[in-house]
Amino acid sequence: MTAEQIIFFLTAALILISALMVVTTRNLVHAALWLIATLFGAAVLFATLEASFLAVVQIVVYIGAISILFIFAVMLTRRNLLDKVSQTNAGWPWAAGIAIAAFAGLVFLAGQMHNAGAQKGEVFGDPLMALSTALVSPDAYVLAFEVASIMLLAALVGAVYIANRK
Amino acid sequence: MVPLSWYIFLSAALFSIGLYGVLARKNAIAILLGVELMLNAANINLVSFWRYGNTALMGGQVFSIIVFAVAAAEVAVGLALVIAIYRTRKTVVADELDLMKW
Repeated sequence: MTAEQIIFFLTAALILISALMVVTTRNLVHAALWLIATLFGAAVLFATLEASFLAVVQIVVYIGAISILFIFAVMLTRRNLLDKVSQTNAGWPWAAGIAIAAFAGLVFLAGQMHNAGAQKGEVFGDPLMALSTALVSPDAYVLAFEVASIMLLAALVGAVYIANRK
Repeated sequence: MVPLSWYIFLSAALFSIGLYGVLARKNAIAILLGVELMLNAANINLVSFWRYGNTALMGGQVFSIIVFAVAAAEVAVGLALVIAIYRTRKTVVADELDLMKW
């Protein structure tokens, strides 16, 4: 077993265990902290996949901003049925069944892939340079990039309006 | 070496855990946490397809960045809605938010 595989298994264990804690733990602040662990594991995976920019963005945007938003929201809605009451719907066995069926279906589909055993090739050139060029080049993804930025602006203005006390 | 399928299986498992969280949890904020897990599973898939395919084509990473933007927008609007609802109804339990139910 190579070092890469050991890192992958450790990261996968971190991601799956903390994701399970996110969906099962009773205290929502703890769930948000477990979500940070999951996101950090995903950042490690991005780093092993040589997507350095995405690894940094994952830490800055997801862990730095989104998780903190979650913790703020949990603290602003305090009476969050902490004790006694069940944290899950009455229909949670159905939800578990649907999730397991979805997992089985996804694994089946992944097994049908013809290049499932593919290995990593060489990275051509500088991926960070190629990514930044692709984001602003008219031949590539500049339209999608601008639409995403306008959507983010509209969503944030809308969020301020919705959460604003009238 | 790590083959592509391992990343795919990991993201399938992460997606299913997030799906369970969305379907089973009562608290509206916990449902949004499940959505975050599902978006992250999609991101892991996109980046691993980029890495194992032609790395000169940046579509996978660009789409992943757009998923980041969508996730940030979704969380901002979703949590604003939850806080606005909490202010008027004093609850964040999704089952009790039946104002628009016929």
